[in-house]
Amino acid sequence: MSGDVHHPAPTAPVEHRAAALEALLTERGLVPEGYIEEATRRYETEIGPMNGAKVVARAWTDPAYRRRLLEDGTAAIAELGFGGQEGAHVVVVENTPAVHNVIVCTLCSCYPWPILGLPPAWYKDPPYRARMVREPWTLLAEMGCELPEDMEIRVWDSSAEVRYLVLPQRPPGTEGKTEAELAGLVTRDSMIGVARL
Amino acid sequence: MPGGGAQRIRAGVPAAGRIGRVSRVDGIHDLGGMQGFGAVAHSPAEPVFHERWEATARALLEGVAAAVQASGGEFRHSIERMDPGHYLTSSYYEHWLTGAATLAVEHGLVTREELEARAGGRFPLSGPAHARPVADAGPGVSEPRFAPGDRVRVREWHPPGHTRCPRYVRGKEGVVVRLDGTHSVPDIEAHSPARRYEPTYSVRFDAASLWRDGQRGVLVHVDLWDSYLEPA
Repeated sequence: MSGDVHHPAPTAPVEHRAAALEALLTERGLVPEGYIEEATRRYETEIGPMNGAKVVARAWTDPAYRRRLLEDGTAAIAELGFGGQEGAHVVVVENTPAVHNVIVCTLCSCYPWPILGLPPAWYKDPPYRARMVREPWTLLAEMGCELPEDMEIRVWDSSAEVRYLVLPQRPPGTEGKTEAELAGLVTRDSMIGVARL
Repeated sequence: MPGGGAQRIRAGVPAAGRIGRVSRVDGIHDLGGMQGFGAVAHSPAEPVFHERWEATARALLEGVAAAVQASGGEFRHSIERMDPGHYLTSSYYEHWLTGAATLAVEHGLVTREELEARAGGRFPLSGPAHARPVADAGPGVSEPRFAPGDRVRVREWHPPGHTRCPRYVRGKEGVVVRLDGTHSVPDIEAHSPARRYEPTYSVRFDAASLWRDGQRGVLVHVDLWDSYLEPA
């Protein structure tokens, strides 16, 4: 332990700690050159909620695809080319006029990376994880998601291997839109279930 | 008496009295239902990484976990063992950094002294694991004990190591709504090279049965391994 109980040394700033671990592991050949940059680039450019939006838009426009998606989410999502880490077991839960679904991970921050990307900070922070399983009506309203009083809320805590995707309802007045235009309407929050479209 | 699955896990995990000093049992990460946190700092859009060190921390934990062949359970437990005060006052990627450094030190890739010398100050790590390694994980479970529609009760227990059974459903009754195939039991894999595979289920709980102040019209679903459950 550094310092002693009476005069502990100050904690190094977090960016210095990250740099220290990176430097030591790199010197030992444990972090291949370009590894961090490549991992970062993929999550900043290739993997994100635009992928999930394509899945949703396809389900809105193709009833057979929607059925496959609700029956075996992982396989139907793979049809569009998405899958991999944190996406090996995806279950899609469908919003209806009577049922609203919302996803959470109370134990850490499990999230379907291939279709939604890395989770936003608020999804990983204690208030969301603590409150969504206990007071979803209050929390959803606070987050701007007002639901009809007779709605049933289904909360899905991703505590094992399944990762969830909410299939939002198609907004009214979008009958003439193309699949690509529809995908543009689908928000990350609507696929987590903290917003309706 | 809990079902057979309960005994199998118990056989591999010593009772608290045999471990010596147990400073923490239920980790601070197990947040479901805790009160007093206030508003969610919601923003409809934000950058994937707010600062570069976050991307570094994220990649380093994945890299270290791969280098030491950590299971998903060991990976998560490296974060769950953080000092509770540090956990609650630090960001998600600081959790990942702390987990990465903890695994790197525990597996002999670096020493704490090297980290602190290089960082120029204290480098807080997670506390030690309290569960003992499991020598014999016992037989896997290939046939699910429960089917959709069955009523089940979550075992009321507080294991000394990693678990994916949230505290807020322990002792509660629910209904199985889905069977999700067979997966490695986290409580075993976090502390040992041994593996046991069991079915997992999605179990539905009425919020009114979980919370004294449960809100109306709310169903909460939690995904649970076979050993966590007993017939209700």
